[in-house]
Amino acid sequence: MSLADASTFTRRLDDLGVAVATGPPEECATMVEAAAGEPVVGVPLGRSGPEGLADSPATLPDRVETEPTTADLRAAHTGVTAASLGVAEYGSVALEADPAGTEPVSLFIDRHVVVLREADIVPDMPDAFDWLGPRARDESVDVVFATGPSATADMGGLVHGAHGPKEVHVVLLRDDDAADGPNDTPDAEAER
Amino acid sequence: MSSDAERGAGEGPEASDPDREAKAERIRELLATEGDAVAENTRGFNAGRYESTGRLDGYEALKDEARAIKEDAIERLPDLIDEVRETVEANGGTVYLADDAADANRYIREIAAERGAERAVKSKSMTSEEIEVNDALAADDVDVVETDLGEWVLQLADEEPSHIVAPAIHKSREAIAELFAERFDPDDPPETAEELTMFARERLGELIEDADLGMTGANFIAADSGTMLLVTSEGNARKTVTATDTHVAVAGVEKLVPTVEEFSPFVELIGRSGTGQDVTSYISTLTPPVDSPVPDFGSDQEPLADGSDADRDFHLVLIDNGRLAMRDDETLKETLYCIRCSACSNACGNFQSVGGHAFGGETYSGGIATGWEAGIEGLDVAAEFNDLCTGCSRCVPACPVGIDIPWINTAVRDRINRGEADPSQLDWAFEELVPDEEPGGLDLGTRLVGNYATLAEWGHKTAPVANRLANAGPVRALAERVAGIDRRRDLPEFARESLVEWFDARGGPAVPADEATREAVVYPDTATNYVDVERGKATVRALEALGVHVRVPDLPGSGRPPLSQGMVATAEAAAEDLYAGLAPHLDAGRDVVVIEPSDLATFRREYERFLPSESSERLADASYDAMEYVFGLLENGADPAGLRAPSEGTGPVASGKRIAYHPHCQARTVEVGEYATATFERLGYDVRVSDTECCGMAGSFGYKTDYYELSVDVGEPLREQFGDTDRTVVAPGTSCTEQLDALLDAAPRHPIEVIAPRG
Ligand code: SF4
Repeated sequence: MSLADASTFTRRLDDLGVAVATGPPEECATMVEAAAGEPVVGVPLGRSGPEGLADSPATLPDRVETEPTTADLRAAHTGVTAASLGVAEYGSVALEADPAGTEPVSLFIDRHVVVLREADIVPDMPDAFDWLGPRARDESVDVVFATGPSATADMGGLVHGAHGPKEVHVVLLRDDDAADGPNDTPDAEAER
Repeated sequence: MSSDAERGAGEGPEASDPDREAKAERIRELLATEGDAVAENTRGFNAGRYESTGRLDGYEALKDEARAIKEDAIERLPDLIDEVRETVEANGGTVYLADDAADANRYIREIAAERGAERAVKSKSMTSEEIEVNDALAADDVDVVETDLGEWVLQLADEEPSHIVAPAIHKSREAIAELFAERFDPDDPPETAEELTMFARERLGELIEDADLGMTGANFIAADSGTMLLVTSEGNARKTVTATDTHVAVAGVEKLVPTVEEFSPFVELIGRSGTGQDVTSYISTLTPPVDSPVPDFGSDQEPLADGSDADRDFHLVLIDNGRLAMRDDETLKETLYCIRCSACSNACGNFQSVGGHAFGGETYSGGIATGWEAGIEGLDVAAEFNDLCTGCSRCVPACPVGIDIPWINTAVRDRINRGEADPSQLDWAFEELVPDEEPGGLDLGTRLVGNYATLAEWGHKTAPVANRLANAGPVRALAERVAGIDRRRDLPEFARESLVEWFDARGGPAVPADEATREAVVYPDTATNYVDVERGKATVRALEALGVHVRVPDLPGSGRPPLSQGMVATAEAAAEDLYAGLAPHLDAGRDVVVIEPSDLATFRREYERFLPSESSERLADASYDAMEYVFGLLENGADPAGLRAPSEGTGPVASGKRIAYHPHCQARTVEVGEYATATFERLGYDVRVSDTECCGMAGSFGYKTDYYELSVDVGEPLREQFGDTDRTVVAPGTSCTEQLDALLDAAPRHPIEVIAPRG
């Protein structure tokens, strides 16, 4: 991930009407708290998204029901899951189906809050499929690249939330290494 | 001749052929009922495509990559089928290769019966429409619910899809509101798009929760991992797969690609090509059985994820249904590259006016449907709508895998022509008139148009008698009845002196070869030579003003008209004759300047198929559109002073400075449309370019009684754009000129007539 990718990514999300909050992993819970409606269900970080998230300081707020019943899922307004990858050029997030329920929790709700590490942003689609290929072959992963909310124009106008979420919020966890790196200066960004 | 045309219009067509009349009636009805909604949507998608692909770096390279992947995959198809069977089975799923629809349905019914399924939910898939699985399951009392909102609306209304990507585009919001009110009688009937969508989401959500079986199609399948790609925006495919424990995916065998990495270019192209979205909201890559827990909505105090492995069952039903045979058919094989993006439908002038219900076969619709239906259902089904392709070729650059869709239509039309040949219909007098290479019994209208070059020569020789006769009431009535030539359309008037005769009479070239910068042959195409001689003279004058040694030899027709009628052998013979006539000029290093854009497009596109590649390339390289040639001469230092620039000064003259230009559809496809604009601007004109794909006339099309109204409707946006312009209207194509003449009541000129020095 380069800084340019992160800024392309957030710009694309902005075009899609997706709200983005960026901060260090320590602030994850606060950012999710601000983004989530009520009631909220979720999948614990690390069980959803990359394994590295399990050991990171990033957590979900207590009010997120992380062991939901199907009734909880039905009643939920917001679902919180992590994404394994972001695709800068398209503002897409890669959600991986897992036994803990990332797929239903990100789908059967009105608002989806996605937690993504900046480090997991790749520039473009070919990179995303280079990442996916080996995992599909070796681990039989199921991944949906989600770009903005669910949408339809079938009923005579563009409407969000046809079957899936009406809104998407992204909580972007700043990459600590990059934060210390030489590129992370306002000048470098201005050059882009 | 106009008085006759008016009279004709007043009386309406008098087609006595019942098929023709029924077709005309059906088109009229669709124009009236669905035309507006279809037009708005398809034109919106088409504009979106231009915008979205325009933003994409390396669009052409991506198309080439996509095409190469499909070529390779279809080549290796049998191996890929074996490979995907192994990978899917290693994952715990099942693969069934179904020979045809009945075989596929039998298998799917067995699965449903084994699982005791009472309801199946289905995400939109053309392949499942193709096999009509809903009916098959309904016969076993399985309730099949479409979950795509558009598809569900059609299911409620008991209608067929009218578009392969957006099946219900022909239905207005009001019509959907009415339908819901009628079917569900809700207390508070939904009306806005938002309310209607939420109403559908809720209803469908409940139905999905209780479903036993989930069905989807697949946009692509990677053989190396058994991963399938599903492209949607609504999320219904995701819900269909997640909420049910048995997933049946149906897909044509042609959906296989070797590896997951090869999904990538298609992901970037499919949404952009179809609806102008950079990507659709959801791109699912599933390597089933999927890992998500199966939510048990029936006992909802259960934990969503109970820790146990999901008990999921997956069946991939790969469907042959004629595809493997299409692979061995040089023409139809291209169809298998199709990724069902709908760009060809959206780019099509005729489709924009009437939509898939006029354009459809049993399952597929739009331009490429001819290939699909010919391969899957047979020629009879393809024949029903094959005629609607006018060969304008605007779908060719739109297609992300570079399929030459008009060629498939031409080749299939040729097969239909041959298949329907009935020697008893042979008319000896007619045979004299149309000395073509086709079997007897072809529809007379087809033959008349296909032999236009002969007719025009004959008309010219006998003008003005022919003109008077051709447009006399009784003859028009007869032409309409026998050949389906609509009498509301003015017929071209033949010139007494052809271009070639004029050129000889003036003493040949005015610029001697030894003083010339270049030598060129102006190609006297049939229309220029015998009908619109003025544009030919203007071309000669313009080139001479720029120092070119010009010749106008007597040369045969290009084969374009027979090609438009699917008379491939006749067109091929014409190509050979014309090449023989041009060869000495090519040998002498002369350029070939072409006035009629459809002829240039024929040289550059179709001759590849008729001539040895060396010859076709040689001709393609040496031939130029007239305005392209002028532009090139100016670029290379020719003095523009010899050409007519807008006159400065007073009064209405200023209007001569302002041009409204309609580039010809085929000229745009071969990318020469913009030279006229560039040349005009260079000379100081102010140009406004039309933004329609096609004027709707396309050669013979608008002459036929069945299509006259459609043709006029397709031209409507052009009339809206240029109808009350005070600009000088120019159009290089013969048929565009005729169409614009009819629509605007002002005969446009060829661009070169504006800039050529006065004769
Ligand atoms: S033929 Fe080409 S443009 Fe038409 S649907 Fe198929 S892929 Fe798309």
